[in-house]
Amino acid sequence: MVETVQFELVAPEKLIFTGEVELVVVPGAEGDFGVLPGHANLISTVRPGIVEIYESNQVKERYFVGGGYAEVTSKRCTVLSTESMPVSEIDTNGAQERLNAAESDLSSTTSETDRSRAERSVEVARALVEASQN
Amino acid sequence: MASLKSLRLRINSVKQTQKITSAMKLVAASKLRRAQEAAEAARPYAERMDRMLGSLALAMSGREDAPKLLSGSGNDQIHLIVVCTADRGLCGGFNSSIVRGVRLRVQELQSSGKSVKLYTVGRKGREQLRREFGELIIEHKQGIGRRGPEFSEAATIGEQLTLMFQEEQFDVCTIVYNRFESVMSQIVTFQQLIPFTINEDTDKKDVDSADADSSYDFEPDETLILEDILPRNLGVQVFRALLENAASEQGARMSAMDNATRNAGEMIDKVTLEYNRSRQAQITKELIEIVSGAEAL
Repeated sequence: MVETVQFELVAPEKLIFTGEVELVVVPGAEGDFGVLPGHANLISTVRPGIVEIYESNQVKERYFVGGGYAEVTSKRCTVLSTESMPVSEIDTNGAQERLNAAESDLSSTTSETDRSRAERSVEVARALVEASQN
Repeated sequence: MASLKSLRLRINSVKQTQKITSAMKLVAASKLRRAQEAAEAARPYAERMDRMLGSLALAMSGREDAPKLLSGSGNDQIHLIVVCTADRGLCGGFNSSIVRGVRLRVQELQSSGKSVKLYTVGRKGREQLRREFGELIIEHKQGIGRRGPEFSEAATIGEQLTLMFQEEQFDVCTIVYNRFESVMSQIVTFQQLIPFTINEDTDKKDVDSADADSSYDFEPDETLILEDILPRNLGVQVFRALLENAASEQGARMSAMDNATRNAGEMIDKVTLEYNRSRQAQITKELIEIVSGAEAL
């Protein structure tokens, strides 16, 4: 019996994934981190990227996350994402369009707050495009 | 006594009304199911968010540099009330019960010397509050949730609130919505958003997990995370309120339309009875006229 971690991936609209996993790799704001059973307690921000769920050293499932927060304890790992979906369901063209729209937004805004928001959405869209390509 | 023709017209018009109300009831019932599912699906996120904030708040408690969204601005002079109502009427006491609650709260706050500002979400709330507190309404939003509220809409409101708080337009922020209990009952709920309060349920859960995990590492440090997560939490709380409200609205409309349909049925029965009586009376009268006419010959 392999030890497991209770992993939950939640988006505002619904619970995306819940279950026991052997290893999950989360794209933390300061570098990716893997969560195995018995991980130290940690709260971290999550950057846009891909959450990978491993089973017997193989990637079993991959989910795109558009940023958020992760809470890790020795028994469970919870990722609160701003948006999330399985990588297989990403619409490549839609992602590219979104990136283009976000970039044109960024170039047309002037105010400070709009700018940082636009930068963030460009980042999310870029991660989405990258996720859809591999 | 009303004429036969006017009674017939009356019956027809009530029947038309009944058709409309029963159709609205069916529509509300199907929308209710969807709204309820959405509200339930969004619950895990809000719960996890609460739990995480609970741990963060615990780590920050008693520290001087806690963000203002958490600890408040130090005053409680200006209150902002976010009033969530529906855009549409015909849903029983749904909108007016919220408005009544708000009116009481505003009077209470004003009589204790605080000033109050209102942020209305939904057309009906604004219409009803404008008469009395028109000058207090500083912001208004409507048209949210044609197809059920979306998180981005709630997040926009959350960001706006954060901005207004940073500009010190208010000290305490409360959101008002109808919590969905069942189809029959929706409860007007006041929930304080700023400063952040840990609700009691989370406290209990924290105790359960406290033995295993007493302290957390933070990456980046807790102040940065809090600064990021608190505005986000506002969006989540607003989203939850909007979803609960949407489910409540459909529930209220469904039971209101159910009542209306039943009342229309009763009215039809009553008017039909009257119609038949006067029809019989008419026939009897005509018979008497014929018989007495024949007798006179």
